[in-house]
Amino acid sequence: MIDTLELYKTVEYSKVKIWFQAGHVENFPINGGACISYGSLQIAVYNFARRNEWYATQNLCPHKMQMILSRGMIGSEGETPKVACPYHKKTFSLKTGENLNGTECNLATYPVKVENGYVYVGFEE
Amino acid sequence: MKKVVVIGNGMVGYKFCEKLREKATPSEIEITVFGEEHIPAYDRVHLSEYFAEKSADSLVMAGMDWYKANEIDLRIGELVTSIDRQAKIVRTMHGQEASYDILVIATGSSAMIPPIQGVDKSGVFVYRTIEDLENIISYGARIKKASVLGGGLLGLEAAKALIDMGLEADVIEFAPRLMPRQLDDQGAQMLSEKLQALGIGIHLSKSTSVIKGNGKIDALEFSDGSILETDMLVISCGIVPRDELGRKAGLEVGPRGGLVVNDQMQTSDPDIYAIGEVALHNNQIYGLVAPGYNMAEVVVNQLTGDGVSKFAGNDMSTKLKLIGIDVASFGDAFGERTACLPIIYENKSGGCYKRINISSDGKKLLGGILVGDTSDYNMLCQVMQNGMALPPQAEDLILGSRGGDSPGGAIADLPDEAQICSCENVAKGAIVNAVKEQGLEDLGQVRACTKAGTGCGACSPMVADIFNETLKSMGKTVRKVLCEHFDYTRQELFDLIKVNGVKEYDELLDRFGNGDGCETCKPAVASMFASIWNDLITKQEVIQDTNDKFLANIQKGGSYSVIPRVPGGEITPEKLVVLGQVAKKYDLYVKITGGQRIDLLGAGIEQLPAIWEELIEAGFESGHAYGKALRTVKSCVGSAWCRYGLHDSVSFAIEVENRYKGLRAPHKIKGAVSGCRRECAEAQSKDFGIIATEKGWNLYVCGNGGANPQHAKLLATDIDSESCIRYLDRFLMFYIKTAEPLNRTSTWLNKMEGGLDYLRDVVINDSLGIGKQLEEEMELMVNTYKCEWKEVVNDPVHRSKFRHFINSDMPDPSQKFGLLRGQKIPVTEQK
Ligand code: SRM
Ligand SMILES: Cc1cc2nc3c(=O)[nH]c(=O)nc-3n(C[C@H](O)[C@H](O)[C@H](O)COP(=O)(O)OP(=O)(O)OC[C@H]3O[C@@H](n4cnc5c(N)ncnc54)[C@H](O)[C@@H]3O)c2cc1C
Ligand code: SF4
Ligand code: FES
Repeated sequence: MIDTLELYKTVEYSKVKIWFQAGHVENFPINGGACISYGSLQIAVYNFARRNEWYATQNLCPHKMQMILSRGMIGSEGETPKVACPYHKKTFSLKTGENLNGTECNLATYPVKVENGYVYVGFEE
Repeated sequence: MKKVVVIGNGMVGYKFCEKLREKATPSEIEITVFGEEHIPAYDRVHLSEYFAEKSADSLVMAGMDWYKANEIDLRIGELVTSIDRQAKIVRTMHGQEASYDILVIATGSSAMIPPIQGVDKSGVFVYRTIEDLENIISYGARIKKASVLGGGLLGLEAAKALIDMGLEADVIEFAPRLMPRQLDDQGAQMLSEKLQALGIGIHLSKSTSVIKGNGKIDALEFSDGSILETDMLVISCGIVPRDELGRKAGLEVGPRGGLVVNDQMQTSDPDIYAIGEVALHNNQIYGLVAPGYNMAEVVVNQLTGDGVSKFAGNDMSTKLKLIGIDVASFGDAFGERTACLPIIYENKSGGCYKRINISSDGKKLLGGILVGDTSDYNMLCQVMQNGMALPPQAEDLILGSRGGDSPGGAIADLPDEAQICSCENVAKGAIVNAVKEQGLEDLGQVRACTKAGTGCGACSPMVADIFNETLKSMGKTVRKVLCEHFDYTRQELFDLIKVNGVKEYDELLDRFGNGDGCETCKPAVASMFASIWNDLITKQEVIQDTNDKFLANIQKGGSYSVIPRVPGGEITPEKLVVLGQVAKKYDLYVKITGGQRIDLLGAGIEQLPAIWEELIEAGFESGHAYGKALRTVKSCVGSAWCRYGLHDSVSFAIEVENRYKGLRAPHKIKGAVSGCRRECAEAQSKDFGIIATEKGWNLYVCGNGGANPQHAKLLATDIDSESCIRYLDRFLMFYIKTAEPLNRTSTWLNKMEGGLDYLRDVVINDSLGIGKQLEEEMELMVNTYKCEWKEVVNDPVHRSKFRHFINSDMPDPSQKFGLLRGQKIPVTEQK
């Protein structure tokens, strides 16, 4: 699983080579997350409708290596949008992937764009 | 600029860095730290928690980024091997060097290993570092019986940890009693009985001569020839200061080890200080954190200014940190330092022993011992340390005042200088001022601001009391607001939702909150919606915990468990067969729960609707094991079968369980009905418990098991079934409306002003005149109950949400299972 963790690398918007069509907007719960499969990766995509924002992170929680973050609750701490892992409530910034209430390593984050009713997640390869 | 090098990154070494950085910037003093262990300093005092947490993160005092941000050069995994005092350089095992102006040695101590034949066998461990614990855990997984050599504070802590690992544990003590340095014979005897009740074997006056076994330990032989079989030994016979570096460098060392220091903590080389467990001050090694922290402070003061600060020795009061076993000893525990008059109270059946030593003039408290009830510990320490006046009847200090005024020793009576947190040296006045001047509003802020309670934590209850007292004295009441998004208490929000008819989370947030919500307020609000409107919880899926969202408990590895309702624990053979068939068909692990029902574990998220469809077909309903809701109403067989049964407890349990099933609450609710006072259903450990009497039922409330067990309290005696239900309706609804989130009924009652008498007034005497209303509200809940799983199973849109990926039908490929005794279990790799 430690190896699995290494599969996830943050992708900068400017470096995106592939925009992967993840699904129709309506498949993503409002103010919630959903998991998509991309090659051997599992990516959690969040439809933060309340803020009119979309985010994507690895689905793997680095705390106890659980494939679960898409089932976490989203919310905010101050101005920062965050997701809380359902297992032990570690929280991570959706913007930077940073662990907000501990010393877990950062989540990899991925750019998201919405076009013509479809959600796309950006990858480098 | 001065260069300070610290050897040892343990608790005291870390505290030294923290305190030094508060007073000196990186441009004034450069700090380099060498630590032998492979992670930054962690909280050794709470080391035993590693067994439960299995993660070093929660123990680490400050992460690497803290050292970085404070420009402290921390090099971990580096053992310092020599000090060159002429050149003022230290060298490490890996050839690193650092030069210093001032050197601070904080190398702590290591476990003392007695010279017993066979200590080098495998299966023999010490108990000091995270690494030791990891070794104990992995070795312990393969064995059954373990022993601890040494019945002191640490040894007992280790023994409890072994029991919690599921091992049989024995403690071997050389002296004729446990904790010989803290307890007298009577106190130790009572402690022995308590430990034996936990299943720990106690062997006193035993001197171990040989550790037997072929390569690995399999028994201990004692000098009296007797033998104790054991697969593992944890040695906890005391500590040896790690003074080897100083010794090699020619610093003065005490006859039994330890680097000799003066009141400024200087060793025989004035540029080298020693602090913590390695330092020998006045012929004394202090094996506790609080003195170590004080030593660190003294050195910081030397380096940054006053230069007059002195270490004046420390009190050695201690409290054993075993859950469920309260033992403390403080000051002159044996009353042997000065003439004194002991006052002793012993209650054998209650398991309580208290002793205090009073000065012969009857004016001062000198020390004492508490076993079985340490609730007075903090206060007694304060009375002793501050030389406070004793009440006219000194025994009131341990017995409580029997009529008349308070026994003295109230928070308000403490002088401002009273030291509350000895680890961080925080006085009462500092806490009071911080609360008043900085307008602190919760305990977290008090801790962050004053550091009180952040060390060993023993003073936390007292810090909380001072905080509350101070707020009260300012005319403020303590308001427990939900979180940063809602500036309301749960009770206030409950009323707002109801009065304004709010049914959507976002609407509530827009009207009464701010920001975008979080994992604290979302489920709390979801629970309130459910309690008020009894709408299906799944309609608000994104504000639910994942368990409530998927109506099942999430397990390791991401699979879920299925627990159907089995009211009262009664089940027909036909239904039992169905559970077996479903488990076989979907390859589920089967276990009988502690709540008299059956758990089917290991279902994939995508399998849940199909499994429930079959269960519902066979007449099962959701068991709400995932919800903050009514769980089970346990029963004993009762008068239908049992020769002692007075009433039919099974029928009544089923009636009650069916009445309240699905009821959402601030926390889970459990009940039980017993057919007579033998109490086989354990009703007195439940949120509500009903016990048959000759004349009717006795109703008990607000008990629970779990982390802080508490017996339920008798609310009503000899009532008929109808009154019992009426009182329960009122009691439960009152709890639902007024408790804080995640407070069980016991916690709720503990905080209630007026306590049980008040509760009885509300529920039985209807003192608030809301009895009717509470009953009607409950009636609405009962009438609108629906099985959540049935709704899901019959709703194709909802069913389609039970999948792992939204762009593939594949189950989660990362889920892996293995076998245990022929059934499947999750295999999770953890870092
Ligand atoms: C399955 C079961 C253990 C078993 O195999 O026997 C169990 C399993 C869990 N218990 Fe329990 N408890 C189970 C009976 C109990 C009992 C015994 C009882 O009910 O008679 C207790 C002590 C009685 C009590 O609650 O007062 C108990 C006290 C707890 C506590 C401590 C509550 C407290 O107030 O301190 C927790 C933690 C919590 O709820 O916050 C807990 C939490 C849990 C959780 C939910 C932990 C979690 O979040 O994963 C476990 C869920 C595992 C799962 O998904 O199945 N469980 N748990 C039992 C299910 C009973 C049932 O049929 O529904
Ligand atoms: C299980 C357990 C429970 C305890 N419970 C309590 C309690 O309830 N209350 C209480 O007050 N105290 C308790 N203690 C004692 C408390 O933990 C110690 O008093 C405290 O940790 C001492 O701090 P220290 O920095 O002096 O030593 P340590 O914390 O031992 O730190 C010393 C560090 O220096 C490192 N080191 C040693 N030599 C070198 C070298 N040559 N080069 C580099 N690094 C080196 C060591 O590896 C270690 O990491 C407990 C201890 C244990 C083990
Ligand atoms: S089932 Fe209960 S007691 Fe057992 S490990 Fe889980 S929470 Fe702890
Ligand atoms: S696995 Fe995510 S918080 Fe523990």
